[in-house]
Amino acid sequence: MAKITINETLCKGCGLCVSACPKQILALSKEKMNSKGYHPATIIDMEKCIGCTSCAIMCPDVVITVER
Amino acid sequence: MAEKVLMKGNEALAEAAIQCGCRHYFGYPITPQTEIAAYMSKRMPKIGGTFLQAESEIAAINMVLGASSAGVRAMTSSSSPGVSLKSEGVSYIAGSDLPALIINVQRGGPGLGGIQPSQSDYWQATKALGHGDFQMFVLAPSTIQEMVDFVKLAYEVGEKYRVPSMILSDGMLGQMMEPVEFPEKNDQDIPEKPWATNGHQNKRKKNIINSLYIEPQELEDLINERYQRYELIMENEQRAEEFMTEDADIIVVAFGASSRVSRSAVHMARAQGIKAGLIRPITLWPFPDKTIKKSMDTASKYLVVEMNKGQMVDDVRLVVEGKKPVEFFGRTGGIIPTPDEVLAQIKKLAGKEE
Amino acid sequence: MAVVFERPKALSDVPFHYCPGCTHGIVHRLVAEVLDELGVVGQTVGVASVGCSVFSYNYFDCDMVQAPHGRAPAVATGLKRSLPDNVIFTYQGDGDLAAIGMAETVHAATRGENITVIFINNAIYGMTGGQMAPTSLPGQVTQTTPYGRDTSVAGHPIRVCELLSTLSGTALAQRVTVDSVKNVNIAKKAIKKGFENQINKRGYSIIEVVSTCPTNWGLSPQEAMKWLQDNMLEYYPLGVYKDVTAEGGNK
Repeated sequence: MAKITINETLCKGCGLCVSACPKQILALSKEKMNSKGYHPATIIDMEKCIGCTSCAIMCPDVVITVER
Repeated sequence: MAEKVLMKGNEALAEAAIQCGCRHYFGYPITPQTEIAAYMSKRMPKIGGTFLQAESEIAAINMVLGASSAGVRAMTSSSSPGVSLKSEGVSYIAGSDLPALIINVQRGGPGLGGIQPSQSDYWQATKALGHGDFQMFVLAPSTIQEMVDFVKLAYEVGEKYRVPSMILSDGMLGQMMEPVEFPEKNDQDIPEKPWATNGHQNKRKKNIINSLYIEPQELEDLINERYQRYELIMENEQRAEEFMTEDADIIVVAFGASSRVSRSAVHMARAQGIKAGLIRPITLWPFPDKTIKKSMDTASKYLVVEMNKGQMVDDVRLVVEGKKPVEFFGRTGGIIPTPDEVLAQIKKLAGKEE
Repeated sequence: MAVVFERPKALSDVPFHYCPGCTHGIVHRLVAEVLDELGVVGQTVGVASVGCSVFSYNYFDCDMVQAPHGRAPAVATGLKRSLPDNVIFTYQGDGDLAAIGMAETVHAATRGENITVIFINNAIYGMTGGQMAPTSLPGQVTQTTPYGRDTSVAGHPIRVCELLSTLSGTALAQRVTVDSVKNVNIAKKAIKKGFENQINKRGYSIIEVVSTCPTNWGLSPQEAMKWLQDNMLEYYPLGVYKDVTAEGGNK
């Protein structure tokens, strides 16, 4: 059981977390756009998160918090 | 006061810096200032200080930037071509509101020029040692005792107003020997520097030493604040020596080495019945305009004597505003004018040409 | 549930100005985590250099000095000689470290200046908009090599770790990258070693991080990572080039 939190306001939508996720449960939001004009990363299926921190390790803006 | 000792100008200046608490010297060899570096290399290891021969003048001034950021009294020294290389660092030091001590033992220029004494870096020191709107506090010693005394003053004024300070010496003062005395307990009153980047120890907010301001308004505000400090320096820190000026008709204006020659010429002129006097600017920036202005009550003519093609004469003319004639006499390329040459100019102005 | 990953304390709350996918942010985090883990934030002074990372003085929560272009090693030298018990690091890009500041870099290394240098090699000048860097690859198109870097005209890229590893004052010269979780973890270990070396007074440590510049390379962040893997790592092999703490571990 694990949980990640993305600060969508500061996310720049680079997608490095999406590529890094071994469970492929992250995607750039198609609907949402933050105040900077980016489509932030969002979690598709939190149930499958294993808390491996890969997404956070690759996030250049340090906007991901991981709990496990 | 301690006993008088006979010392070479460059070495006396170096010793004075040590006695003012300077423990960090960064420099690079260049004639005619190398004795400062050599003296520091001998003394610093014995007193737990740093002497570091840098890879370049550019590196040396940036080491000073780092040491000054840490809050310590640091210095570098060079001669004209080397000072040009330091201009980048000096601009950053000024833009970062850091105090720092820079010594220029001037030699002839431009380019590699020569190795004999010169005053041809007056413009560089007072107008533009580096890019941007800024000033340095510039002191011009004319004796070895002043080479000693001005180190303390340069540190104190620089730290009070957070500006770089320069002692603008020359090859003559650097190389000659005179008896000097060192005041006791020079390093007792180094002020606290709450702005220093020396590690916040989790006890205060972090300090940033910086000269970059992307927002134009922020940069203009900062420069305006800096210029308010410059105004205070102009108001409080002007220094000049007046010699036989009370009744002088012809006033010679000269600084540093050329003021020594000019003083002799004024003596000779007086002996010949000419009412000559001397104003010797001690601070080149701020320029002592108050002293020059005051002298305009009695003086009818001015003669500016420099070891260059005419640089400080601009500042004298700016003060005199065309109300009196301001003539210039100079030798350059490393040549020191003789008292006879200056006397001849004074006599010409007095209408007593032979 | 417990928090197992969060923003390090040594990073301030100021959001990075870097472009999306720029690896500066990853390296900033690694440096900050190391400062936290070593418990030295309060005694650290960082030196920001000219280039995209100049604003790092806003991001690290330690005292910071902004150096003139290329002069960070000299500024760090002045700081370290004045504050020998503090931790002093520079954060420099390839133009700063290997072009305009090469003299300062080589001499700081050969003096064994006891500082830690984080060197970002992304083969391009980022802040000025994508000109050739001393580390741009042969054939690489940049704003000032529009037909590709012609080595007969513009010379060859500099391999900094190899060069500095020949100097006796260098304690650690290690090249890492941050293209994958595995490599980010290796990079962090190297950075930590670089700071530990300083604390143990071992001399000059440089950690070169092969990095991306998606914006000026004209690639997406993912494509940029691939370009780094396919092009940069061949010219800039990862590894330890010098490590005074290792026996027989040097390349």
